[in-house]
Amino acid sequence: MSDEFDFWKEFKSNKKGMIGLIIVLFFAVIAIFAPIISPYNPNTTNPALFLSPPSRLHYFGTDTLGQDLFSRDIYGAQISLIVGISAGAVAIVIGLLAGLISGYLGGAVDEVIMRIVDFFIVIPALVFMIIIAALLGPSLINVIMVIGLLSWAPTARIIRSMVLSIREWPFVESAKANNAGKIYIMFRHIFPNVTSVLYGNAMLAISAAIFTQAALVFLGVGNVTSISWGGIIRDAYTSGALTAGDFSFILPPGIFIFVLIFGFIMMGFATEEIMNPRLRTIKG
Amino acid sequence: MNEFQKYLSKRVLFAIVSVLVIISFDFFLFRLMPGNPILIDYRSPALTRQQIEALSKQFGLNLPIWEQYVLFMKNTFEGNFGISIFYKQSVSSVLFPALYNSLILLLPATIIAIFLGIFTGKFAAWRRGSASDGVVTGTSMAIYSIPTFWLGGIFILIAIKTHAFPVSGMYVTGAVYSSVFAQLSDLLDHLVLPLATLTLVLFGQFTIIMRNSLIDVLQEDYINFAKSKGASDRYILNKHAVPNAELPMISIIAVNLGLTVGGAILTEVVFSWPGIGFLIYSAINARDYPILQAAFVIIAIVIVLANIIADILYSYLDPRIRYQ
Repeated sequence: MSDEFDFWKEFKSNKKGMIGLIIVLFFAVIAIFAPIISPYNPNTTNPALFLSPPSRLHYFGTDTLGQDLFSRDIYGAQISLIVGISAGAVAIVIGLLAGLISGYLGGAVDEVIMRIVDFFIVIPALVFMIIIAALLGPSLINVIMVIGLLSWAPTARIIRSMVLSIREWPFVESAKANNAGKIYIMFRHIFPNVTSVLYGNAMLAISAAIFTQAALVFLGVGNVTSISWGGIIRDAYTSGALTAGDFSFILPPGIFIFVLIFGFIMMGFATEEIMNPRLRTIKG
Repeated sequence: MNEFQKYLSKRVLFAIVSVLVIISFDFFLFRLMPGNPILIDYRSPALTRQQIEALSKQFGLNLPIWEQYVLFMKNTFEGNFGISIFYKQSVSSVLFPALYNSLILLLPATIIAIFLGIFTGKFAAWRRGSASDGVVTGTSMAIYSIPTFWLGGIFILIAIKTHAFPVSGMYVTGAVYSSVFAQLSDLLDHLVLPLATLTLVLFGQFTIIMRNSLIDVLQEDYINFAKSKGASDRYILNKHAVPNAELPMISIIAVNLGLTVGGAILTEVVFSWPGIGFLIYSAINARDYPILQAAFVIIAIVIVLANIIADILYSYLDPRIRYQ
């Protein structure tokens, strides 16, 4: 456990990491307290307010149905975080298992898993996702599964390469000598040594999932019915707000996606920097 | 067989298996989905009776599923993807011009982004840990996080306000050109915004890749040796570090090609650029499954091919990789 304690100490003194953490916490608070923060019900329509410009009553104006865009932008944080974290978790768990098994067992199992990984790394994931999401129809769980099941390969590859070196370490040898089972060694001895890399990868997987979810909704597939930033950007295109020169429609949701992704990426890079001394910046 | 041939045959075999898996996946995905879209669409009233009969025969829709599968494989290898529901022409006559239009956008964007990325990545890696590295790396990460489809929208807003550039399509609709140059200048006008969008989002990614590759190389003993020999910084960077960092970059770029294609699709949709991404987008809205099915296979095959070319190039340039 002392290992993780040191990690947190390093993380606290890492500027990138702390900026990322603050950003993510900020959006988490917004998402949780959306009903309290948002001034209006995001689904209340008002035909009298067709594309009204920003005002003191509606900070970001309203959409074609007269819905308050500020409230919708606040609620949008929920879907991004839910899909981002769940899809990221699916990807990380599969990637971890595949990487552990592939790296520790080696041989034919390793060969097969790594060829599958190669395949999933190479194929154009977005095209795949667009088509599957379009065929499956709109639902939150579908989007999470589609994104998660198509994004685990990079994690598997990194975990495997770590396992390859960890399995040669003396403590694994001694565990083997004590007749420890393969599964026991994998989870009790090897897993704790890859967790830090796993955290870094989890942050990157979450940021990629947030982007992908928004992109899918923008393209009109995925969970198009819930309020999301990608959906608001799509509405901005289809409503004619762009042609009308209305910045308040498209600007906020894009900035929110951007800042939230940036936050997760910063946390990911910080974790990577702490774990890989070669990338660590030289002080003084 | 020598090492290189062994390596080569292994990679080629992997590429062939990948392509077969992709095609099989394509077949089962579209056929086993709820509602069996292929059957429904080939019975759509938009098609004539003769077309339906011809298609049923061609794709063997009344045969057992494994016979349909064999037929599908055969048709795919012959480049026969059926008839588009929406365009009412053969899928290939719609798909290949679109693929060509995509390359007009994708190739220049990738090349410009790689060159800019090498330049800034070099700058940041050499000043690793300094304030200027922080600025370059931070900016690249920021650019990398910008949603493509949002950045395009901002460009559209600005372009419409200032009447600077056309925001949609490849040419002025219905334009008649006095010369090839007039047509080319119209094309370039339309290319400016999508090219700027795609180049910018790719640029951030390539800068980070180049910086990290270079930092790895700069730790090598031969760099220290060159330093102790008294070689100038510029010489070490350009003659020793960059050539060695470019190698891993080739394979990372190839592996990330799927991401690049994703960015291109979003850019095409935003600017209604008549490429394969925009075609996929319209096909989803029109429920044009034959187009979707074919577009998926074509994009996947192009990427698998690009990867194997990168692999071979890499192992040719760096023999160490073959002995791993």
